[in-house]
Amino acid sequence: MTDSLQRTPLHALNLELGAKMVPFAGYEMPLQYPAGLMAEHLHTRSQTGLFDVSHMGQIRIAARSGDVRDAALALESLIPADYAGLAKGRQRYGFLTNDTAGILDDLMVANMGDDLFVVVNASCKEQDAALIEAALSDRCVVTRQFDRALMALQGPQAQEAIAPLCPAAVDMRFMDVIETKLSGVPVTLSRSGYTGEDGYEIGCAAADAETVARALLAQPQVLPIGLGARDSLRLEAGLCLYGNDIDTTTTPIEASLAWAIQKARREGGSREGGYPGAEIVLRQAREGVSRKRVGLMAEGRAPVRAGAKLFADADGQKEIGLVTSGAFGPTVQAPVAMGYVATDYAGNDTALFAELRGKFVPVHVRAMPFVAPGFKR
Amino acid sequence: MTTYYTKSHEWIRLDGEEATVGITAHASEELGELVFVEAKDEGTDVAAGDAAAVVESVKAASDIYAPVAGVLSGFNTKLSDEPTLVGNDPEGEGWIFKMKVSNPDDVTSLLTAEQYKSL
Repeated sequence: MTDSLQRTPLHALNLELGAKMVPFAGYEMPLQYPAGLMAEHLHTRSQTGLFDVSHMGQIRIAARSGDVRDAALALESLIPADYAGLAKGRQRYGFLTNDTAGILDDLMVANMGDDLFVVVNASCKEQDAALIEAALSDRCVVTRQFDRALMALQGPQAQEAIAPLCPAAVDMRFMDVIETKLSGVPVTLSRSGYTGEDGYEIGCAAADAETVARALLAQPQVLPIGLGARDSLRLEAGLCLYGNDIDTTTTPIEASLAWAIQKARREGGSREGGYPGAEIVLRQAREGVSRKRVGLMAEGRAPVRAGAKLFADADGQKEIGLVTSGAFGPTVQAPVAMGYVATDYAGNDTALFAELRGKFVPVHVRAMPFVAPGFKR
Repeated sequence: MTTYYTKSHEWIRLDGEEATVGITAHASEELGELVFVEAKDEGTDVAAGDAAAVVESVKAASDIYAPVAGVLSGFNTKLSDEPTLVGNDPEGEGWIFKMKVSNPDDVTSLLTAEQYKSL
């Protein structure tokens, strides 16, 4: 492990827990703990897991006017989501776009009442912060909080695990966000995550991270979970991984993310367009696109992975798409994948073939998520 | 029968001209629980170091190489339904493929158990 890699505030605890550490997005991160990826994945689906995701970037945006709505309106100049209409204490998914409607990053934005709380991907955080600062600094104060810790507590028993430490967490619904205390430590707590399960994301000061993590790990339902299982969990949940499933070459419409563009920002909406690449997104929403992101399941047990070419025929003559994420789904107990296919082949249950070690294996387009979501609505 | 090892973490056990090949306990631990194992078709000619099989965990696919030259002569079909057998008993029930080796003496150039352990 080179010296240039950064460490999260939970580094020492990760080592103590026996994590296998790997370089990821410039950080030394836990790939898995002694239980191993398969057991960690299944534990998260049946009980609850704790993830160190402190490599992700936390950013606060406050309007110079003092009105959080002005910060929301300013951020809407970069993101096609409706943030001015986002109620206090609520969180909403979104993505930064560029002039060709490519996706620069996907993120979560919460209205904290006084300001916006934004969580972005680790590999994009410097670039995102620079972009937001450049575009918003005249109207907003943008504060990078990259030294803060972020943990995710995910699984059907997450509420049970967090309740004794943070009673306020119990009454939260999916996508609620509050400032509260956990084991006496001030935390920014959201009821959301990246696994398809019920759960929470917990932001806190670096100095408090171990206190929070140890308190949660002391709960009988909770095991530490690494990035390996995080990836298979999010894939089963049908959630995009930035850099694999979405990037600057994919538009929100191609990526089947039109649901994250609320009515106010769509054609005919009160704040239609107004973000980079909006003309392209609006046109694609109206006229359609030539390719779409879809879920895929392969027959048999052999995983079809990122980079596998997709064909309309069993002989590999007619190439119609590409797999962008793929793995064996431990909960589904079958190979699951997502990728882009020509729109004519994007309908559910369309039979396709994926190239795998020189052979062409049958795959079908399937609705995502591949597992039933466990959110507390 | 003596078992020999490769730097790429395969083991090979020779019985006359036919050898049984699998992965070491160390390799199995590194790979984690397997979800799929597949060997190339019987009758495939392989040189030493050619990919002869593939093992897959949730996250990644890894090639298993022929330790010496020969012709593939069988696959452990139990692994089709029960790939975890490799992790449970990597150097026994969890063997992966059999091969007719071109030159039985080739195995003596591989690592002994002692040499493999000291890697």
